[in-house]
Amino acid sequence: MAGLHKSEFANPVINWVDSRLPIFTMMQKEYGVFPTPKNFNYFWNFGALAMVTLVLMIVTGIFLAMNYQPNTELAFGSVQHIMRDVNFGWLIRYVHQNGASMFFMVTYIHIFRGLYYGSYKAPRELLWMLGVIILLLMMATAFMGYVLPWGQMSYWGATVITNLFSAFPVVGPKIVTLLWGGFSVDNPTLNRFFALHYLMPFVLVGVVFLHVAALHITGSNNPLGIDVKSPQDTVPFHPFYTIKDSVGMCVFLMIWAGFVCFAPNLLGDANNFIPANPLQTPADIVPEWYFLPYYGILRSVPNKLLGVCMMFASILLLLALPWLDTSKVRSARFRPIFRILVFVWCATFVGLGICGAHKPEGIWVILSRLFAFYYFAHLLVVLPILGKLERPLPLPESISNPVVRAALARSVAVAAIVAALLGVQSLSPAHAEEEIVLPAQKWSFAGVFGTVDLASAQRGFQIYSEVCANCHSMKYLHYRDLAGIGVEPGQIKAIAAAVTVPQGTNDEGEAKEGPGTPADQFRSPFANDKQARARNNGALPPDLSLMVNAREDGANHVYAILTGYADAPSTMKMQDGMNYNKYFPGHQIAMPQPLRDGQVTYADGTPNTLDQEARDVVTFLSWAANPEQTERKQLGIRVILYLGFMACVTYALKRKIWAAVH
Amino acid sequence: MAHSTASTDTHGHPADPSKRDMLELLAGASAALLGAGIAWPLVSSMNPAKDVLALSSVEVDLAPIAAGQGIVVSWQGKPIFVRHRTPEEVKAAQDAKPSELNDPQSDAARTKPGHETWMVLIGICTHLGCIPLGNKATDVRGEWGGWFCPCHGSQYDTSGRIRKGPAPTNLAVPPYAFESDSKIKIG
Ligand code: FES
Repeated sequence: MAGLHKSEFANPVINWVDSRLPIFTMMQKEYGVFPTPKNFNYFWNFGALAMVTLVLMIVTGIFLAMNYQPNTELAFGSVQHIMRDVNFGWLIRYVHQNGASMFFMVTYIHIFRGLYYGSYKAPRELLWMLGVIILLLMMATAFMGYVLPWGQMSYWGATVITNLFSAFPVVGPKIVTLLWGGFSVDNPTLNRFFALHYLMPFVLVGVVFLHVAALHITGSNNPLGIDVKSPQDTVPFHPFYTIKDSVGMCVFLMIWAGFVCFAPNLLGDANNFIPANPLQTPADIVPEWYFLPYYGILRSVPNKLLGVCMMFASILLLLALPWLDTSKVRSARFRPIFRILVFVWCATFVGLGICGAHKPEGIWVILSRLFAFYYFAHLLVVLPILGKLERPLPLPESISNPVVRAALARSVAVAAIVAALLGVQSLSPAHAEEEIVLPAQKWSFAGVFGTVDLASAQRGFQIYSEVCANCHSMKYLHYRDLAGIGVEPGQIKAIAAAVTVPQGTNDEGEAKEGPGTPADQFRSPFANDKQARARNNGALPPDLSLMVNAREDGANHVYAILTGYADAPSTMKMQDGMNYNKYFPGHQIAMPQPLRDGQVTYADGTPNTLDQEARDVVTFLSWAANPEQTERKQLGIRVILYLGFMACVTYALKRKIWAAVH
Repeated sequence: MAHSTASTDTHGHPADPSKRDMLELLAGASAALLGAGIAWPLVSSMNPAKDVLALSSVEVDLAPIAAGQGIVVSWQGKPIFVRHRTPEEVKAAQDAKPSELNDPQSDAARTKPGHETWMVLIGICTHLGCIPLGNKATDVRGEWGGWFCPCHGSQYDTSGRIRKGPAPTNLAVPPYAFESDSKIKIG
């Protein structure tokens, strides 16, 4: 086709561009006047929210990649560099890290919307199938992204997931070697995962584009599931849905900011604060919450190959859903039996997730089999038969003339999904051993408004230097960082200068040492891990930089260990060189009691009781693990207030705009 | 007002435009501010990180540098020229008249009092960033016996001042101080 597009824009510049490349006409058609059913509920926000999330993930990811090192030696440290040294690095990283969870939350709700209102049925089959492909791509991307920080969970997650492919006969092991680029998960694996993790989102953008293009051919489904019959049934997308999506977006961003600023590691795993160790698997290895249901299916089957196949089938079967569901009626509102069963089915999915979070023992095995059975039976048996047997309720004549109001069902559905999602998370994996209850302490830094008690943190640093530093390194901290707990620059210089640190080589090429500067890392007590082990009865004293994050309920955990030494009960057989501790798993700890009453002398006259010493050192360690915490929470309060204000403004505007339609 | 459904057009403009206009303005402005708030930390993250800022000083031992020789050390990733000038070189630098200079500056302003034999410079040609030659006595040093940039032929005198060629300004002097007679600290 030759010749210019006939453009009707008043602005001459826009007109000039548009007649040569009609992007403005296209935007106007697809997002401006695009006729959209007027009866959407807030479930229809979630597609737009997923789009917003995708964009924010790509943007934050690009900036993270500028500082990340995809190398097994450097990856873990480079993440700490981002968290501690890069301007706003902690913010960008936490937005990205929690963004993965947000993305899945939003997408799962979006999928549920499609299931409930029958959006997968003719003529939207291809739209639905593209959606399933998007889900698969998201999973691959999220999995590879989780490997990048190179913590223990990253490493062992990568090992377990890639080993899934070894289940396939003949080619299985070859595929696994191909994925690894070696004979175990190692540097080549990390390198390629980084490359692919950067690539996949752009593939995702491509498929999302097709998904949206297909949507704009068939038009949106709606809560009644009936076709648009006349222009009265629709409103132009702008401003009606742009504003409604904006309201949803404000609320969504508030929730996201809440996670980022107040509970950034709630959805993560403490083990990932420990650098990857190919020689030791953590005791509980659990995938991220959004993979739990599939993990539940995998573990419900006692046969390796069958388990893997069932897991893949649980998603791939969704591609066939438009044909498995034989009913012509779309919306569950008019299918009384389906409406119950779709909730039952989603509940089994959530149930599988809960099973996936528990060790596969006892009741959990039975439950996961029951749930897995119904998950597949629903797709393969119930839906095909139900469509033939069920008698749907009479459908309304048109969208503008509906006979049924279903506000109640709507709110019940929302509540059920939210409750289910929260439910999975609250069920942390149960420990098989006896449960050790850590006494909860009061901490200055706890809660939304808590701030680190700087005087206490400084005393804690004194204890670290005088006691802990004899065995434990803190290699992610630098002397300059002490400014964060209010140490004066002159004092920092003096503290650093008192330490002898390696300073590269002299002109003869021999290793050189000299007094430290504020730019130096905290000096490690041992030259390397081997020396550390050799001098400590074979037990490696762990690095303390991230200790508070690397344990479940870290602050209380460390406090309990420090104060939990006692004489061993006579019934207990202590091994050589081990010490009894009430709160240590197994009660036998290699570290001798480090703190006692009067262990240090405080310059500020604070009583040097064991309790006070432990409290101070924990405060210091909590700051050391999360030096951004006070700034983070204060930013969070401001961001949430701002977004709350924006939500009110957009909601008021939405009421104004919709006043004519309601 | 929310219930006034009278007289609206198909684009959903209700009868009360002023309040809606105000809300639109407020929503638009707050969205723009939100966008800026998201962009700010991202752009800011590209500035030097704390570890880069902290590595801001380096000490140089001057004892091994013979008169007429120079060395190069790295400071903030930049080459720093430290040259031990001969008395003739010092004299040549001090005697230059301002009228002969493209970027007039006295030698005294470029050295530390009492340590005139030492020239400390950021060794980056002010033209387009190449590293000039001239630290070793065997290097090409140009007509003025200082430094010569191989890229486009800029010539610097023994005080690092531009004499000839496309470079617009003198070689810059980094912040430094003498810790003792034989030791300087740059930065
Ligand atoms: S860069 Fe030195 S002369 Fe052009």
